[in-house]
Amino acid sequence: MDAKRRDFLKMAGLSALAGLTAPAAVHMLVNKGPFQANAATAAPVGEAGEGGHEAAPATGVRLGMVIDIKKFGENQELARQCIEACHSIHNVPDYGNAKDEIKWIWTEDYEHAFTDQSQYKRNTTLHELPIMTLCNHCDNPPCVRACPTQATFKSKKTGAVLMDYHRCIGCRFCMAACPYGARSFNWRDPRGKDAKGQPFIKHLNADFPTRTRGVVEKCNFCAERLAVGKQPACVEACGDTGALVFGDLNDPSSPISKVLAENFTIQRNAALGTKPSLFYII
Amino acid sequence: MYDLGKIIPGLIVFVGLVSFPIWYNGGDAGAIPKPEKPVLAKECVADIQYMRTTHMQLLMAWRDDIVREGGARTWATARGTEYNRSLQSGCMKCHTSKKKFCDTCHEYAAVTPYCWDCHIAPQETK
Repeated sequence: MDAKRRDFLKMAGLSALAGLTAPAAVHMLVNKGPFQANAATAAPVGEAGEGGHEAAPATGVRLGMVIDIKKFGENQELARQCIEACHSIHNVPDYGNAKDEIKWIWTEDYEHAFTDQSQYKRNTTLHELPIMTLCNHCDNPPCVRACPTQATFKSKKTGAVLMDYHRCIGCRFCMAACPYGARSFNWRDPRGKDAKGQPFIKHLNADFPTRTRGVVEKCNFCAERLAVGKQPACVEACGDTGALVFGDLNDPSSPISKVLAENFTIQRNAALGTKPSLFYII
Repeated sequence: MYDLGKIIPGLIVFVGLVSFPIWYNGGDAGAIPKPEKPVLAKECVADIQYMRTTHMQLLMAWRDDIVREGGARTWATARGTEYNRSLQSGCMKCHTSKKKFCDTCHEYAAVTPYCWDCHIAPQETK
């Protein structure tokens, strides 16, 4: 062996070059041409509106809801009825303390619901109104990006943000990611009983599962009711008051699109770029 | 080989311990479970033998299709009987007792599926 250092370096350099370019060359040979493969993979990246400020492309169904704050102000019982309807149908446990609270739909003060709005000189009646809040079913949901198991995902059919409780590992990344506090964690067993022997779920609905301890839960836009042609429970509870209008945001002839076209609405913290599907008439 | 005198008796003792359940029960696997069949339904969603061996995969497929893909809830058998692709409001509408159906085999096979941690089993009638 009398190889010189110079020869060794030459061989090493050539080998490195071959190693770097070989995959590309093979790729080119397989796909018969240098640009074909690139064109196919590059196309979906430049989709309009992805994370930007322009409107998202109006493709497919995107379910949304309009919440009329004034209607809930006129009839203060309405919000309670909505919460009761939702929570009883979905076997939402009541742990009896705010720390462990599970909520799919709940009421919030104006200043806590709309944290991005200035509260300076805001009129007092608005401050006293209960603001109905639930999962925003964002078009760009941060919880879905945070979930390591894809237990939470955006439905391809309806655009709603759903949970697959079978997959949830209880890491609570989604709760940290959600800017609206729409997710709750089961610190305790929902099937359990409190100190007085009262079950956390007062009346078990035998048509819907419960959750287990260590699972995150939230509003599912009543996916199980929509599948059998019913309206979401909260919308049904509001009846024909028009306090909640539910429908497809991408359908220009749907009732919700008409309501949105005729009224001034705001979204919760829209500046975050999550594109909430809930709109509030103030 | 070294230590044959220790290895061979050691192996015999090991095999004896591992096979303890077999020889203790005299090679008898116990009474074969007889899950209660529904009275009213004439056929299951698939062939009985297929259901015996593969019902768990079928349930998983239903779950993934309905929960994640928004698949159809109602389906029909080859003979045209419509059914609900659901554990709680499908299977358990015919197999009305978890104790007399699910549990008989699951206990025999010593498996504990966690379906019922969330899904609600029908009320047991005595």
